[in-house]
Amino acid sequence: MIDLGILGDPAFVAVQCLNGLTQAMFLFLIASGLTLIFGVLGVLNFAHGSLYMLGAYLSYTIASLFVGRPSAFWVALVLGSLGVALAGGLIEAVFLRPVYRREELDQLLVTYALVLIIGDVVKFAWGPDNRSISRPAILAGSVLIGGRDFPTYNLVVIALGPLVAAALWLLLTRTQFGRLIRAAASDREMVGVVGADVSRLFTGVFVLGAWLGGLGGGLAAPVGAIYPGMDVEVIAESFIVVVVGGMGSLTGTLLGSIIIGQLNAFGILFFPRFALLFVYVLMVVVLVVRPWGLLGKPHTR
Amino acid sequence: MAGPLLEVARLKRSFGGFQALGGVSFQVEAGEISAVIGPNGAGKTTLFNVITGHLAPDSGRVGFAGRDITGQPPHAICRLGLARSFQRTNIFPRLSVFENVQIAILSHERRAYGLWTGAQGLGRDRTMEILEDVGLALRAADPSGSLSYGDQKQLELGIALALEPTLLLLDEPTAGMSPQETRTSVALVARIARERKLTVLFTEHDMDVVFSVAQRIRVLHQGRLIAEGAPEEIRGLAEVKRVYFGEGAIRTRRAP
Amino acid sequence: MVLARRTAVATAATALLAVPLGLPKFYLLLATEILIMGLFAMAFNLLLGYGGMVSFGHAAFYGVGAYTCGLLLKKADVPFAVSFLAAPVVAAAVALVFGLLCIRLTRIYFSMLTLAFSQIVWAIAFKWYSLTGGDNGLIGIPVPSALADPRALYLFTVAIVVLVGGLLWRLVNAPFGRTLLAVRENAERAEFVGIHVRRVQLAAFVISGGVSGLAGALFSLFSRGAFPDYAYWTKSAEVLLMTLLGGPYVFLGPALGAAILIALNSIVTSFTEYWPVVLGAVLLMLIYVFPGGVTRFFLVGPTAPARAPGEPR
Repeated sequence: MIDLGILGDPAFVAVQCLNGLTQAMFLFLIASGLTLIFGVLGVLNFAHGSLYMLGAYLSYTIASLFVGRPSAFWVALVLGSLGVALAGGLIEAVFLRPVYRREELDQLLVTYALVLIIGDVVKFAWGPDNRSISRPAILAGSVLIGGRDFPTYNLVVIALGPLVAAALWLLLTRTQFGRLIRAAASDREMVGVVGADVSRLFTGVFVLGAWLGGLGGGLAAPVGAIYPGMDVEVIAESFIVVVVGGMGSLTGTLLGSIIIGQLNAFGILFFPRFALLFVYVLMVVVLVVRPWGLLGKPHTR
Repeated sequence: MAGPLLEVARLKRSFGGFQALGGVSFQVEAGEISAVIGPNGAGKTTLFNVITGHLAPDSGRVGFAGRDITGQPPHAICRLGLARSFQRTNIFPRLSVFENVQIAILSHERRAYGLWTGAQGLGRDRTMEILEDVGLALRAADPSGSLSYGDQKQLELGIALALEPTLLLLDEPTAGMSPQETRTSVALVARIARERKLTVLFTEHDMDVVFSVAQRIRVLHQGRLIAEGAPEEIRGLAEVKRVYFGEGAIRTRRAP
Repeated sequence: MVLARRTAVATAATALLAVPLGLPKFYLLLATEILIMGLFAMAFNLLLGYGGMVSFGHAAFYGVGAYTCGLLLKKADVPFAVSFLAAPVVAAAVALVFGLLCIRLTRIYFSMLTLAFSQIVWAIAFKWYSLTGGDNGLIGIPVPSALADPRALYLFTVAIVVLVGGLLWRLVNAPFGRTLLAVRENAERAEFVGIHVRRVQLAAFVISGGVSGLAGALFSLFSRGAFPDYAYWTKSAEVLLMTLLGGPYVFLGPALGAAILIALNSIVTSFTEYWPVVLGAVLLMLIYVFPGGVTRFFLVGPTAPARAPGEPR
């Protein structure tokens, strides 16, 4: 059942590790948006996976308009993620604003309703078949690691993760917007009291989170298939990342993503039958032992 | 009766770096109506929370009727005969006034877990009796969340009384009440305490109430007991330690 | 008032019994499904409406019940009565284990842990091929010949649902029900009137899980099979939606919600594949337009909140 022999091949281990990191970075992009939205708005945005999916589909459509042009992918990525950001803004303004004062359950249900609706909209607009998009030409090659091929594109994604994390960190610590976010994350009521425009802040954060999700979708598009149903798969994993890392903690999310990514990459190798269980068992352990996550803070929620 | 009803010994409790209780010791005799006073932040609510089991002390001991109840859970302590009301009203908002008191009675009569008999009319007589005592009989069917603040505090009292306690802890029972409501409430508690031979320990900011009702007063400041004695003794000291009393002060409304 | 109530109940009872028997098989099957999900929803609501605890993982107990009954009947050749009754017992046992850990948490953490546990149950059902048939599921469960006819199964379902539903009704009107409500309203205060809050919550969790398992067993008989997605989170979402749609503050609310949702699903899927968007729209309407569910206008009795649920605090 467990073939530990494969551990003896360092190149293989390295590649698996990198696979895990690639997955981790995608998860991080989505989960960071999720954690920001939760930290500031207090809403567990179930529809975040749908935004990710929209990002992938929009990328696909925009790229197919520019077929043949070398910049197609990048244009699609930028426009696609901005499109999702815009959609996020609309969602927040139209659907979430009326329910901020309501129970958390009601808010979660609104996002669930959006999952259902967006899912069908995507199925209607793009059809149920798988779509695919190819990697940009300059990154289409692969790199040799100890005799094994590893896609260059994936390496770039891995590098992008910490870059995005750093950019977010700068945003949070060096800008006014970021300061408001951190203040709101620790005490939402006070932020309104000291005169900050809470409404604009909420919309801004949701837009930022949506953009991150859409970016994740656009980047993931060439790596996996694009299909209806990818929203639900990814949101489950993102929830686990956020729970494990700590709701509302960005570094926690990064840590959680890496853990889950590696768990998936290596779990499949050693326990192919029960790899599915690992992430859930981890979630249980974290919730039982330290409910607020590895790097989260105990809330009085 | 041998020994004090309630005994706290060297209670200490800190929150992070802040020491809320720094070694508090005193005894409450059975039948006594006494008060704990002190400025905000003195540790009165923490003291109550420790006594009733809501918080465990870092060190020290709480004894009730000769038993060590330190660190026991609230529901167990409640069962021993200790009832408490809260500073901010703590009721069952969406249940009716009747149901609020009824649940306390059911719990007291050890019938709270019954799985079969209809609960509709259980304990009706006793419940209505209590509601009459606290003046809420006419509002019995109303959702308790719709009561005025003063009435909610009366309901709190009713819930505590329904438990037929030997020791009643009242955390700022007249806070937020009008003078009229305060008078009624105080008279009620005094009467019931006499009738049922209750021991009452309360905290208050309203010095009128304290000096009119308390037989013994303890002064808490920054987590320590700085004075204890009969009202006249404390009042004398109070002139000197007026600075510790902040609002509420020694400006009593009646003539000295 | 009481007479009007009793007459209404009697009429509903007769409708339950008589009508589907006379209708074409399709409606009989639909009615059976509604009854089963109605029972599941009422069990779920013991925790949600009465206990104030939001579980995202109730499908675990439903699935465990279905698989227990199915496995005992098919693979172990255990007599029907034992297999069927084992389902709620096993489900309750699982609920006890999960509950001991979940009860320690509150609110969102409680919900997430219930979800995590139920996903583990699903993953086990999905992957343990040799025992459960994996993602193919457990098919061909041998239903006793007495229940082979859909009408017989329907009557059996009615009997079970009415009986167990009746027991639940007694439970929520007994002191335990009041105590549970008190815990829902103010757990801290309940503690201070001498109620052992954790124990009450755990008891509600176990009873709710057990009855959910019974519903699962019924469904395994109904569909002659048990499948992993009986334990998947979408099933938990389904029962949650039914409960909220019908209204968690009236005892029969969740059952009504089940009826509405199943009937609606049946209608919509007959002419389009886009059921999710309809469900999403219904959900949005529920939240924005009539929070508290369809039965909010019939609020009576001890669970009736002073403000309609959904109104801002």
